Amino acid sequence: MNKQEMQEFIAKRVALELQDGDLVNLGIGLPTLVANYVPENKDVLFQSENGFIGLGPSPEPDEIDPCIANAGAFPVTIVPGGSFFDSAMSFGIIRGGHVDTTVLGALQVAENGDIANYMIPGKMIPGMGGAMDLLSGAKKVIVAMEHTAKGNHKLLKECTLPLTAINAVDLIVTEMGVIEVTSKGFVLLELNPEYSLEQIKEATGADLIISEGLKPMA
Amino acid sequence: MDKLINLQDAVNLVRDGDTIMVGGFLAVGTPERLIDALIEKGVKDLTLISNDTSFIDRGVGKMVVAKMFRKIYTSHVGTNKETGRQILEGEIEVVLVPQGTLIERIRAGGFGLGGVLTKTGLGTLVEEGKQLVEVDGEKYLLEKPLRANVALLYAEKADIKGNLTFHGATRNFNTYMGAAADISIVEAKEVVQIGELCPDEVIVPGVFVNYIVDGGAL
Repeated sequence: MNKQEMQEFIAKRVALELQDGDLVNLGIGLPTLVANYVPENKDVLFQSENGFIGLGPSPEPDEIDPCIANAGAFPVTIVPGGSFFDSAMSFGIIRGGHVDTTVLGALQVAENGDIANYMIPGKMIPGMGGAMDLLSGAKKVIVAMEHTAKGNHKLLKECTLPLTAINAVDLIVTEMGVIEVTSKGFVLLELNPEYSLEQIKEATGADLIISEGLKPMA
Repeated sequence: MDKLINLQDAVNLVRDGDTIMVGGFLAVGTPERLIDALIEKGVKDLTLISNDTSFIDRGVGKMVVAKMFRKIYTSHVGTNKETGRQILEGEIEVVLVPQGTLIERIRAGGFGLGGVLTKTGLGTLVEEGKQLVEVDGEKYLLEKPLRANVALLYAEKADIKGNLTFHGATRNFNTYMGAAADISIVEAKEVVQIGELCPDEVIVPGVFVNYIVDGGAL
């Protein structure tokens, strides 16, 4: 798989986690792609932390409204039944536990659910934006990312980068598999048939418990 | 009292060394005309409180490029490479604040609250130097109020008493910053007379607005 195919594969699998009636917040980048794969029989609403519920697809060029953009400043639309609000309301929704699922990228995830995804000291300091609030408030946290960074482990016993949140991650979806974060550590629920158990273990910097009901990743 | 003033009188209210709050989310819903006039005037040593530092050619990002800030409180700087450079070169102090915490600190500053308690940031660098408060067995971070000398805000419509309406995702931080600043100046896309806004549609009551600048369509 090339990078784009890999990202689409991950996004497609994450979309299966979303439930009918869910309010979902997608991070910028790979997580944004998840919106493209929500099954038509599921009524899922997307929240945009810059101030609305009902994030819709990109507009046609002649229908762009500069006041309707997503949290990455890209032009979007709002679906019928959507609503606009300010940042206090938006983060009340997030922090107050009213977002069912958030999908975020990560630099590192630890086996206890710690996550680092907002800075690399001395190198890259973009800031946490709304990520710390989402990780603290969303009912379910899914990390969607490539399994390794140019061969370096991203799934670790302990994060080495500054944390965005502690004990926050519930599920990790990569191109290699689907991993649940449990009190016992990482549990592999699904394995992409293109990879062997040996390969995914090698690409994981912590113990990987193999679920008794291990399934092929669809 | 008619709160309408011209652009020049408005920016003369901002002085060297002031703390300013600026509304907008990646420059969506930001007072571009006020910002351009401030850059032309050339104030310096400002402290900025804003959701993000935008892009090098939009919103407060242009002020970063013009080196008008000594210190910035913000949730995200990743879209402005000049902010990143100034941080890494030690030219500027940036305090990263989680987005939901930032808006609540501003709200507290404007609404007579001594601070807010939040779980966001627990176990991260955000916790450093802050008081932990336990309420009914749950731990929270005490986040203190933020205030400013001047708030620079954007609205879709303002009547001459300062009642404001908004369009799309432009509310973001604009709805609370006026309350948390000694002086608030709103750049409105359209200024209307008393009675032209239905009280039901007013999002921010004029009590939080000191001055209005007729910005016109951008």
